[in-house]
Amino acid sequence: MKTLLIIAIASALVNNVVLSQFLGLCPFLGVSKKVKTAAGMGAAVVFVITLASAVAAVIYQFVLEPNGLAYLETIVFILVIAALVQFVEMFLKKFMKSLYQSLGVYLPLITTNCAVLGVALTNVQKSYGILTSVVNGFATAAGFTIAIVILAGIREKTEHNDVPESFRGMPITMITAGLMAIAFCGFSGLL
Amino acid sequence: MSKALERIYNGLIKENPTFVLTLGMCPTLAVTTSAINGAGMGLSTMVVLILSNVFISLLRKIIPDKVRIPAFIVIIASFVTIVQLLLQGYVPSLYDSLGIYIPLIVVNCIILGRAEAYAYSNPVIPSLFDGLGMGLGFTVALTLIGACRELLGAGQLFGYQILGADNVFYQAGSLRPLAMFLGEYTNISIFIMAPGAFFVLAFIIAAMNRIRRSAAKKGKRIAPASDCTGCMGKNCAECAGGLKDDTSIQKQDETPVQRNVNTSSQEQNGASVQDGAAQDTENGEGESAT
Repeated sequence: MKTLLIIAIASALVNNVVLSQFLGLCPFLGVSKKVKTAAGMGAAVVFVITLASAVAAVIYQFVLEPNGLAYLETIVFILVIAALVQFVEMFLKKFMKSLYQSLGVYLPLITTNCAVLGVALTNVQKSYGILTSVVNGFATAAGFTIAIVILAGIREKTEHNDVPESFRGMPITMITAGLMAIAFCGFSGLL
Repeated sequence: MSKALERIYNGLIKENPTFVLTLGMCPTLAVTTSAINGAGMGLSTMVVLILSNVFISLLRKIIPDKVRIPAFIVIIASFVTIVQLLLQGYVPSLYDSLGIYIPLIVVNCIILGRAEAYAYSNPVIPSLFDGLGMGLGFTVALTLIGACRELLGAGQLFGYQILGADNVFYQAGSLRPLAMFLGEYTNISIFIMAPGAFFVLAFIIAAMNRIRRSAAKKGKRIAPASDCTGCMGKNCAECAGGLKDDTSIQKQDETPVQRNVNTSSQEQNGASVQDGAAQDTENGEGESAT
């Protein structure tokens, strides 16, 4: 239990997936203009990453590893993740209309989020078990949600600020993210 | 021959994937803590890019249109695995320092983007040179960013101590004044840490915006920066496909989707974005997906 908690805190805050590992940067910068959409994106990411890391861990443990096919992890994981997101989207559309309406918009954007593949591969590299993988996946995604919601909050506040012309748009967002990354460095004393 | 040179010039300068198109940002930020890491990542990506471009170009008449994206992904992932195993076997130090970012070459926007935008609709030789040009552009960009960060953050360049106390110039006796002058430097170690990556990239993009503006005043047009909301997949292919190549690859059934995403990404990228733009973008992409 204690190790699980440590892993969770480490992935959510100390090694934040966007601010210190630079995974999932594209949605982080692209979908962070409004707190509401950012939170929606975050929820979808939590959902997909948790599910994907569970499925990837099961496949690795029971299919790839016993058959000596561990070197195929990259190919298998990327296909599994792409198929999984498609499937989740279809499932939600058919059976859970309300959830689909709130998350569905973001799902296609995530298929392709490198954080999903990144977490699945990290779990394998650190030889986490299935439960640990799920916890790690959930915590990483929670870290993503924290970061994107904070960034969206800052961007809402600073939207009408007088920024030098060349820095408008992407560059100022990057600088904001950089300052956030400095703040997140403070968490490294936590463990 | 001129076609080959044109492709290389295109990748290296005109549509440089990092500086001009801002594609593949995740590895750009993550591995550029030193020049050598940046170069290693760039070269690995280049190898994958050339091989996948050649293969996709060879198979372009066989791959059915509807399943081309999964087919591309399988081809790319296979080459990434090969490169990963080769690095692990022959350059273990680089393999260790790049870590998880090697398998993540699979989701690099540039590779899938070039497959979709160029290799799928062009013969083998031009595709090869397109991969070479884009790969070189990426390598040069990553090495440059890596060099900046290494120099500012650790006072080193390719592992040689240039700035700060006991720099290499002390060894050459005649350069002693220079060595003392450079010895005054104190490392700004934030630059080799995560936040430094954001700052360096912010300034690079700002500089590109500036250049783009003054070029626009003179009436010249530079390819617009893409603003991908996904690291891979359709989004990405469209981002890279939206740069006007001489080839038109727009498939009929997808034309509205592409237009939708392209306009929304430009909206997002625009300097003066209206309040509701984010909302619009989300909705636009949601519609295109359903």
